Amino acid sequence: MRWVIRRLITAAITIFASITIVFFLIRVMPGNPIDVMVAQLIMQGLDPEEAYRRVLAIVPFVPTDPLWKQYIDYMRGVLSGDLGRSILYAAPVTQILIYGIPWTVFLISISLIISFSLGIVLGMYIAYKRGGILDRFFSVFSSVTRAIPPYVIAVLVIIILGVQLKLFWDPYRGPIIGPYDPRLKPGFTLEFISSVFYYATLPILSYVLTTFGIWVLQMKSSTVSVLGEYYIMAAEARGLPERRIVISYVGRNAILPLFTSLAIAIGHIFSGSVFIETVFSYPGIGRYISASIGGRDYMVISGCFLIITIAVVLSNLIADLLYSKLDPRIRFR
Amino acid sequence: MINVSKYKRLLSSTITNIKFFFKVLRRNRVSFAGFLIVLAFIIMAAIGPEIVQYERGVDIRKRFLPPSWEHPLGTDYAGRDTFAQIVHGSREVLIVAFLTAAFTTTVAFVIGIASGFIGGKVDVVMMTFADIFLTIPSFPLLLIIVTSLRKILSPIEMAAILSIVGWPALARAIRSQVLSIKEREFIESAVCLGLSKTHILFGEILPNLLPYIFMNLILSVIGAIYSQVGLYFIGALPFNATNWGVMIQAALNQGALVNPRVWWYLLSPLACIILIQTGFILFMHALEEIFNPRLRTEA
Repeated sequence: MRWVIRRLITAAITIFASITIVFFLIRVMPGNPIDVMVAQLIMQGLDPEEAYRRVLAIVPFVPTDPLWKQYIDYMRGVLSGDLGRSILYAAPVTQILIYGIPWTVFLISISLIISFSLGIVLGMYIAYKRGGILDRFFSVFSSVTRAIPPYVIAVLVIIILGVQLKLFWDPYRGPIIGPYDPRLKPGFTLEFISSVFYYATLPILSYVLTTFGIWVLQMKSSTVSVLGEYYIMAAEARGLPERRIVISYVGRNAILPLFTSLAIAIGHIFSGSVFIETVFSYPGIGRYISASIGGRDYMVISGCFLIITIAVVLSNLIADLLYSKLDPRIRFR
Repeated sequence: MINVSKYKRLLSSTITNIKFFFKVLRRNRVSFAGFLIVLAFIIMAAIGPEIVQYERGVDIRKRFLPPSWEHPLGTDYAGRDTFAQIVHGSREVLIVAFLTAAFTTTVAFVIGIASGFIGGKVDVVMMTFADIFLTIPSFPLLLIIVTSLRKILSPIEMAAILSIVGWPALARAIRSQVLSIKEREFIESAVCLGLSKTHILFGEILPNLLPYIFMNLILSVIGAIYSQVGLYFIGALPFNATNWGVMIQAALNQGALVNPRVWWYLLSPLACIILIQTGFILFMHALEEIFNPRLRTEA
């Protein structure tokens, strides 16, 4: 229990610290977001005073105050759920986030589960067939897919599966992109839900293609090290059935270390969501970020960023707690 | 006189090393291919823009032409040559990538060594800081920094910003390398011989870290290309017609997904990104093999 509390406190401190670092990091950079927003509005034809007043109305702090006061005001806003207002959408940032989060979480969680499971199965298989063609293929494939930006994969997936093979193709509207068929009315109908899943297939495929290779490599090296342990030899000597050794002796122990890299993977997949949601016009947080960049809608970008950071820290925490549940040794280290 | 012979020895050992490098490369054809790809891109970025002329003029009649002798990769939405854009774009991509790698590695190196070598409170503070940076999703962080800037960035400023997200992971890795080297016997014997701390750090630990650092240099190059082209793709950086990311974005805005005529314009920068990243990774695998003799397959 004490260990859990300590982890909770660390998570809270991490969130707090990263908000603080980002707040100050941006303000030590040449040019600041407030000026950028004002400049943008002036360029759109507003006179300078009106532009300045508009920006004042949407940021939750007073830009002329000393830095520490701005910071306190900003933090107070964050804690009370006030993240400022959007220029583009003329709505509170919180409302935009509430609309965007479910879509992003929907895509990311399914993709993460698929790529994790795929990685585990393939990684174990390769560990048993070391030095084979698949082994050599994945040692390159995994690093390549991580280095190639997700939008490249997403575009290729749309062109190959959507446009060329016409598997995800609507005769009237071209390749399948977006959250669901716009001709359907949202609701709990079978038609609507299946449309949501149909439209999510290509984005999920893009996520999986860019992330599963890493799991394959990690699972492989983890399995290889477990295979060298004495208790595996002992299990074999006792004549346990092969299936049982593979699943409950090798598999269970080899998966454990993978939980520690879950945090980095979740951060990585969130970074990818900016690209993939943009290419697929998917109305999640990533899409809102990229849409806000052109209009320098700064409060939306920072709000989305805040949510992503919190999500990463929280999922990190969950992975840690899960890990300690599965492997009690970690709590005593 | 003594100095001259020292340099001669250094020179001959460098030559042996380079010979050895090519021997390993030749044996592994896949890595050799990676090396050639990287070399080709470096040559393209170095001398390409001087040879290939990039005409900025707009000619609507020549929009989205298929490849021909005149336009090896076709033309873009304004009738400009795609190949020339690719060549001119490669220089900025590579310069920023190499600068970022240099910055990232230097910062990570100083922090990692200080943390591992000094230890104690310095270690705890630096690693906590690195851990927090590691948790913050890197690409969104870059986006938020870049969008709050008002001016056009020079390659050096660009690289400095990109290295903000790169250093923590590397610093952590270097620290753990230093910690493991510190435990080896030859360090212990150096301590027993009463050698100075400076000597132990620069004469004993550093040479053992070099291969590791060199490989991470390439990893940083890969990461920098990823982020830099991505920032252009998302539109966070000012419009720059020859950047690969901008080209992909422009092609998508021209309806590239449904219009096969745009595909040459869309797929050329895509293919370049895939090629250059794959090239660097294959090249890195070759280096891994060179620096880690256990991986080497004697043929």
